[in-house]
Amino acid sequence: MAESLSNGAQPQSKQPHPRPLSPHLQVYKPQLTSITSILHRFSGIALSAGVLYLLCWLLAVAQGAEAFDRLQDFNGSIIGRLLLLGWTVAFFYHLLNGIRHLAWDAGFGFELPTAYKSGYAVLIGTAVLTITAWVVGYFQMGAF
Amino acid sequence: MSAPAKSLRSSLGRARGLGSAHEGVHHWWGQRMSALALIPLSLWLVASLVCYAGADYAAVSEWLSRPLTLGALGLTFLITVYHAVLGLQVVVEDYIHGQPTKLILLILLPMGGVALVVAAIVSLLVIAFAG
Repeated sequence: MAESLSNGAQPQSKQPHPRPLSPHLQVYKPQLTSITSILHRFSGIALSAGVLYLLCWLLAVAQGAEAFDRLQDFNGSIIGRLLLLGWTVAFFYHLLNGIRHLAWDAGFGFELPTAYKSGYAVLIGTAVLTITAWVVGYFQMGAF
Repeated sequence: MSAPAKSLRSSLGRARGLGSAHEGVHHWWGQRMSALALIPLSLWLVASLVCYAGADYAAVSEWLSRPLTLGALGLTFLITVYHAVLGLQVVVEDYIHGQPTKLILLILLPMGGVALVVAAIVSLLVIAFAG
């Protein structure tokens, strides 16, 4: 096969065999299963940035009360709150959908109706846990 | 890198079992095992952060200075960064197609991860012992 290629007029491509490609997001018909899969990646990337922010918070505590207060002021601002809310959503989504992935890896829940049910459960669970966390957080701050 | 043309083994035959590169399972396994460990650890961390919402410097640094917090947070950071580096590596491999960019990112990811964990642990030690 390699010889016939090199004899022919066709130029040999860099890769001898076409490798499997990841789905092109633009041409892939959206389904709950594909959307939850893509969101898993997006939330994972967002949470990686969240770990960096958590490190900034630790560094601020290590620097002392002044740096800590400045960071807490930013956390209390509109942008700060929106960032923290985004990371809360990303965290609970990635946690719940990650458990769904672990179940699949163990061989459970691969039937299409089950995959849809678990997908909806992840979305509802994310909303419930995010709201719970923020209600408890505001309660801690004496908002109620 | 090109496939041995003279081999009688089919491409499928070579890929079966250990995979075409004869490695890779550790990546898959490491991602899953770190995920499993992070279920309790990350829940503990987020629940703690929620409980300390609005807390002042004294309360937060006292909490971070406890040996249990120091150990658990250090462990959480280590496993989280390991999990994140493995995940981001796959994203880079899937979606970055330019060879130099891809290679540079794949080199920088684990290096950045190690630096991040060291910074976190040093911060925790400073808070616990120099605060």
